[in-house]
Amino acid sequence: MKLGYFPGCSLLGSARELEESLMLVAKKAGMELTTIPDWNCCGSTAAHNLNHLLSVSLPARILALADKAGMKEVLVPCSACYNRLAMAQYELLENPDLKKEVSEIIEMDFEGTAKLLNVVEGMEKIFGEDSVLKVEKPFEHKVACYYGCLLVRPAKVLKFDRPEDPQSMDRLMKKIGADPIDWPDKVECCGAGLSVSRTDLVAKLSGKILESAVKRGAEAIIVACPMCHSNLDMRRENIEKAAGKKYSIPVLYLTEAIGLALGLSEKELGLHRHLVPVVFPIREKKAEPEKAESAEESAGAVEE
Amino acid sequence: MARIGVFICHCGENIAGTVDVFKVAEAAGKFPGVVHSVEYKYMCSDPGQTMIKDAIKEKKLTGVVVAACSPRMHEPTFRRACAEAGLNPFLCEMANIREHCSWVHEKGEATTQKAIELIRIMVEKVKRNKPLYSIKVPVTKTALVLGGGIAGIQAALDIANAGHQVILVERSPSIGGHMLQLSETFPTLDCSQCILTPRMVEVAQHPKITLYTYSELESLDGFIGNFKARIRRKARGVDEKLCTGCGVCIQKCPQKKIPSEFDAGMGKRTAIYVPCPQSVPNQPVIDREHCTYYIKGKCKICEKFCERKAIRLDQQDEIIEVNVGAVVAATGFDILHSKDFPEYGYGKYPDVIDGLQFERLASASGPTLGAIKRPSDGKEPETVVFIACAGSRDDAKGIPYCSKICCMYTAKHAMLYKHKVHNGKAYVFYMDIRAGGKNYEEFVRRAIEEDGAVYLRGRVSRIYEEDGKLIVKGVDTLLGAQPVEIKADMVVLATAIVANQDAESLAQKLRVSYDPYHFLSEAHPKLRPVETNTAGIFLAGACQAPKDIPEAVAQASGAAAKVAGLFSSSELSREPVIAVVNRLPPPVFSTCTGCFLCEKACPYQAIEREEIKDRKGNVIKVVAKVNPGLCQGCGTCVALCRVKAIDLQGFTNEQVYCELMAL
Ligand SMILES: Cc1cc2nc3c(=O)[nH]c(=O)nc-3n(C[C@H](O)[C@H](O)[C@H](O)COP(=O)(O)OP(=O)(O)OC[C@H]3O[C@@H](n4cnc5c(N)ncnc54)[C@H](O)[C@@H]3O)c2cc1C
Ligand code: SF4
Ligand code: SF4
Ligand code: SF4
Repeated sequence: MKLGYFPGCSLLGSARELEESLMLVAKKAGMELTTIPDWNCCGSTAAHNLNHLLSVSLPARILALADKAGMKEVLVPCSACYNRLAMAQYELLENPDLKKEVSEIIEMDFEGTAKLLNVVEGMEKIFGEDSVLKVEKPFEHKVACYYGCLLVRPAKVLKFDRPEDPQSMDRLMKKIGADPIDWPDKVECCGAGLSVSRTDLVAKLSGKILESAVKRGAEAIIVACPMCHSNLDMRRENIEKAAGKKYSIPVLYLTEAIGLALGLSEKELGLHRHLVPVVFPIREKKAEPEKAESAEESAGAVEE
Repeated sequence: MARIGVFICHCGENIAGTVDVFKVAEAAGKFPGVVHSVEYKYMCSDPGQTMIKDAIKEKKLTGVVVAACSPRMHEPTFRRACAEAGLNPFLCEMANIREHCSWVHEKGEATTQKAIELIRIMVEKVKRNKPLYSIKVPVTKTALVLGGGIAGIQAALDIANAGHQVILVERSPSIGGHMLQLSETFPTLDCSQCILTPRMVEVAQHPKITLYTYSELESLDGFIGNFKARIRRKARGVDEKLCTGCGVCIQKCPQKKIPSEFDAGMGKRTAIYVPCPQSVPNQPVIDREHCTYYIKGKCKICEKFCERKAIRLDQQDEIIEVNVGAVVAATGFDILHSKDFPEYGYGKYPDVIDGLQFERLASASGPTLGAIKRPSDGKEPETVVFIACAGSRDDAKGIPYCSKICCMYTAKHAMLYKHKVHNGKAYVFYMDIRAGGKNYEEFVRRAIEEDGAVYLRGRVSRIYEEDGKLIVKGVDTLLGAQPVEIKADMVVLATAIVANQDAESLAQKLRVSYDPYHFLSEAHPKLRPVETNTAGIFLAGACQAPKDIPEAVAQASGAAAKVAGLFSSSELSREPVIAVVNRLPPPVFSTCTGCFLCEKACPYQAIEREEIKDRKGNVIKVVAKVNPGLCQGCGTCVALCRVKAIDLQGFTNEQVYCELMAL
């Protein structure tokens, strides 16, 4: 099996472990990921805040390259890239004039035939019904699946899962033996692109998400998006300061959790790159979440 | 030889102000075949009509062209005048020199010339007109009413009281529809069952009404005045003639935990059941999906205890055929269900309920005997949040329309709750309050001012459970879009009114059109609100659009009046402008080659197949034939027929061709 692949900048930088774990799992499943040749930045948050034409042209070039390479399906693991690419594709297919204008800018024909897959859809393919992968070490933890906003919205464009209460990641987690909790913050905002400019807001919003997950007994937060990961993991200190309280709950990419369940090592999967160490409460019979909390408190946020 | 008379109308200044009518009359008089050409101030007036009648007699006219307004206005007038003078009315045509000429052009030579041309083509047409005769169709004076909600009940009673037979078909075991489930009704707060059950009993006892409950329409064939309906009577498992409705079987049935549809899942029922004690008829039905006997092959406890020996566990569905002259569709509505509201946890949290469930909670005949107790633990909720427009007016849910009744019933719910739980708190989230109706606004004000329901203008984004409470997160747009969080014990969603799931297939069975939301469509949104575009099929109640009881009843009486009008004579006469497939002497019989393209093309299923047989009865040829009762004269088949075997009476290919050539 083969899929086209768009890494985006995050996966080469702050979200290296997402790429590492994704590649390992894909390889194990015999899925070949072919990177779009000569890809460029998707424009991210900056472009569409400043210049509409630029924010469409950048993804358009990526999509045109994918078309040119004959890719039918392209996996875009970063939710922000996925969102930008999907939005641009939608807009261009809806608006022939814009399509013409953009084709001239990128000096390439834009067809937009490649189907975009987000990381959850990618994992559903890699680790789907007829997958050769076997769960070797069940991931027996209570988890809070956190989808963020970019994966499901706007629903009209992305048409992925139920936008208000998505279930696809929960299903994948059940498959590896985890126990996904029912919680209301699955698609709440973590603060996203304000991470640098308004860290205070991010601390507040992400703190709410952590609090809700911990309160409901989750032992890990499972994410799909580099931005969510960095806000919940890298900004942990800010969150704790704002909340006046420590949180030890680790934040894992779904690819990492699946990798662990498939028997891959923590090191290979890049878990050591997280700022919040990936440790789980020791399971006693009926371990209470509060207890687990205090046990890990001293660990805090440690650099690798 | 044709002797055509042309009559040009001034229509006051309407035509004569722009068109030189004298010149037109002079020019028309010179057309070949025209023997008489006059103008007059008002042709439609009595003297005008007399001019036409006299000319027909004196000049022995064989055709008449009236050059005046649109035929939609006065064609019937002039045709009647011709008929009175002994000329076949279909030998009279109108040239529209008003809407098509004087009203849309400046005064001038060209305009006058256009009027002349319009008359010229009509003269060419009329020369080829043939006498036609109205089609008479007999009328079966029995009405079929589909759906036994308040609309169907009202329509059935009105038609029956006008002296006609009615067959009322209801899908569920009892008539009554949603109204039977309601507790009290806005805007008067009278008990729904108390005002409805007398009507239900009247239906059951009316000598002219045949009631088939637990039955559905299988198919409908035929046309206005002459429908043939096949009705499936689902196996009830109980002999209705023997059963006295004593209910012993219901008490003894071991299957007691089936969610009751009537109680909207708030209560339980047995496998052999009546929806509620007031059901009409009160004979039970056996729900085979849940009956132990059908699941495991043994039980038959009901059979053992039934003293009347009325249980028929081996009964089969029965299909009956009835002939009816008119159909009233009154199949009602449904509400949007749980899968559509993950953000509100509807279907996940037992204390998030819909409006119908609240009705059952508040109803004295409901599972809690009218006490407001929340489903999860039976406690009396201290704080209840009502959410209006749940799904309605929301493009994201695919429902842009307003459900119309929920503003009113939400005010009613808040009121009923406050009447029963005096120190309870009732919050209502709303978008706008739509209370357009007699005494409606006053009713809502009462809920707010007298009963203290707190109205918050804003939407709710999410509901989740925390520490045993339902957290309702919303916004108050009147307080500068401030986020609001309410810790509630119960939430009631006024979920959108939607069409029944099978509305589309029903519409297809009836051959009536429906809107994008599967509500059945009326023939004209203003002027023909109870008719459909299929003659003889009428609409009543919420199957056409969301409606409250007064509106549903008014429409039902309207539909009944239409049916009574249709049944007032034993024959229907229809315009003979229909398609005909030609018939020729043997050995050709018809130029129709039997390709039946027309059959596929006809939007009204009017094309039938006719076998042409020799003396021995062998089929020589199969050709198309038009059913004159069904054909609407649209002409689609004529355009498609490759051998020109079909033609439209009154608008033949030849006539239209000659009109064009005259130009
Ligand atoms: C929560 C709630 C509260 C309400 N409160 C009020 C109120 O206080 N005051 C008020 O005026 N209105 C109220 N209404 C509106 C009221 O219920 C409707 O106006 C009324 O029920 C419409 O009647 P109907 O006969 O058109 O449809 P329905 O009541 O839906 O009846 C349709 C009937 O047709 C049957 N049927 C359906 N499909 C078929 C089929 N294919 N073949 C045969 N039978 C079929 C159904 O079983 C049903 O018996 C309320 C509605 C709701 C949802
Ligand atoms: S046979 Fe079915 S309906 Fe009769 S008592 Fe048994 S379970 Fe109930
Ligand atoms: S009637 Fe009121 S609550 Fe119902 S959809 Fe319309 S505005 Fe909303
Ligand atoms: S004229 Fe129209 S309605 Fe009549 S048979 Fe032809 S297609 Fe059908």
